[in-house]
Amino acid sequence: MAREATVGTKILWTSLAWGIGLLIFFPIFWTILTSFKSEAEAVSSPALWDFDWTLANYTTVTERSPYFLHFTNSVVISLGSTLLAILIGVPAAWAMAFSPTRKTRGLLLWMLSTKMLPPVGVLVPLYLLFRDTGLLDTRTGLVLVLTLVNLPIVVWMLFTYFREIPGEILEAARMDGANLKSEILHVLTPMALPGIASTMLLNVILAWNEAFWTLNLTAAKAAPLTAFIASYSSPEGLFYAKLSAASTMAIAPVLILGWFSQKQLVRGLTFGAVK
Amino acid sequence: MATDHSRATARLMVSPAVLLLLAWMIVPLAMTLYFSLLRYNLLSPGTESFTGLDNYAYFLTDPAFFEALGNTLLLVGGVLLITITGGVLLALLLDQPIWGQGIVRILVIAPFFVMPTVSALVWKNFFMDPVNGLFGHAAKALGVAPFEFFSQAPLFSIILIVAWQWLPFATLILLTAIQSLDSEQLEASEMDGASAFSRFRHIILPHLARAITVVILIQTIFLLSIFAEILVTTGGGPGYASTNLTYLVYAQSLLQFDVGGGSAGGIVAVVLANIVAIFLMRMVGKNLDL
Repeated sequence: MAREATVGTKILWTSLAWGIGLLIFFPIFWTILTSFKSEAEAVSSPALWDFDWTLANYTTVTERSPYFLHFTNSVVISLGSTLLAILIGVPAAWAMAFSPTRKTRGLLLWMLSTKMLPPVGVLVPLYLLFRDTGLLDTRTGLVLVLTLVNLPIVVWMLFTYFREIPGEILEAARMDGANLKSEILHVLTPMALPGIASTMLLNVILAWNEAFWTLNLTAAKAAPLTAFIASYSSPEGLFYAKLSAASTMAIAPVLILGWFSQKQLVRGLTFGAVK
Repeated sequence: MATDHSRATARLMVSPAVLLLLAWMIVPLAMTLYFSLLRYNLLSPGTESFTGLDNYAYFLTDPAFFEALGNTLLLVGGVLLITITGGVLLALLLDQPIWGQGIVRILVIAPFFVMPTVSALVWKNFFMDPVNGLFGHAAKALGVAPFEFFSQAPLFSIILIVAWQWLPFATLILLTAIQSLDSEQLEASEMDGASAFSRFRHIILPHLARAITVVILIQTIFLLSIFAEILVTTGGGPGYASTNLTYLVYAQSLLQFDVGGGSAGGIVAVVLANIVAIFLMRMVGKNLDL
């Protein structure tokens, strides 16, 4: 910034920004803190540090409930659907970025429009199809659905990244007699990898947190963490500390991934309209 | 330029994605449309019969539909109002020269990465619970009766939770837009003696207009389909007080097993979402220089 700020105003803005930032973050902080309290202390007093720190909730949650099954489900579903979407999306985005035709623009917009189909519009038939084909409450079923749900975003994001790769490089490689295989292997892959990695990062986050299809199409067996946590909405007895521990473990991986993905988030979710 | 051969290759590369999305869109949607014309209840299988537009007539005249439609509009409108206003102010604040800007940004963005079921249950139990929640404790300390969020203001409580989840998104997009603003223009206007407010009104806000539109459209798409937050907090109640259109269709089809009625509701939801979608497509389409 070229504008100069006096130290006084800088202190003012800094404290205001930190105050609001901490306030917004507080519910997450509070959840993490509560996970180290005993059940009795979790409900009785809003203590910030003056309590007996314990890891008991983490052992209870991981030993008394099939937590690792649900965690594994989340990992399999989010990674599986991401890889599958990338596998289908990369060739499509590639072709659209480097050999655009008159139809490309319409095709891209049409793909985007499928994302706008509200999920309840297809809930009933999908539920019945899943029931009849035995896909209900299976990881495979959810991987398939989440792949399709996120495929438009994947294609769009990849497209915006691929478009930034200069086409002249491709033509130069072709003139040098590179065939399609070596063109892809030696010229394109190194230049495309950062974009693919960013797309995967955002997609894993979206799939990890997806809470419409995961809640409606799973039960005990294939439920990922979103659905497992939802079971705490009808609890028995004291559950605050256990809910906190389960929640902390459920959000920690994505919270960490998310902090690395701020730029991708803007790009991926605005379809390149804001950069 | 492109040869016939490379064109064919390109078509081959695009087709899996296109065919899959086409199937994903058309097959279930056609089935929903078909079911919506049937009298079809999962509890009495084998008795399906064609009933024409009866399901639509029933769904569209059901008082629950109007309540759910109103709730949907309030939910979307309320969250948009909070997140856009808060997002603009926060983005302006974060654009100031401050110490530790990167860390503050991380703190502000964090709620977006919390899964919906966690954030709803955290707010419901740790904050809004009248007995054990922090707001309840605070009320007790002040000697006033605690506010019963989910029985006295169920929809408002859900709006607060969802706004907390989406404020980071609005802030991040608007901050990105503000940072692309040409600072020389601002400096020139400052030297011309323009007040901070008129700088905001005449330079920053017009520059943000596009980003604000994008935020509104994208959030609307997601907010129309809010589901998990309602499921784990109020279950749509009391009565239909916090039921939105998405939740109403879910309840109709998977709780009351009325496939025909639920499908008709689903089609209504699709039509409404399409109205929003048309505007978003225009916005994005304009930006797509091909």
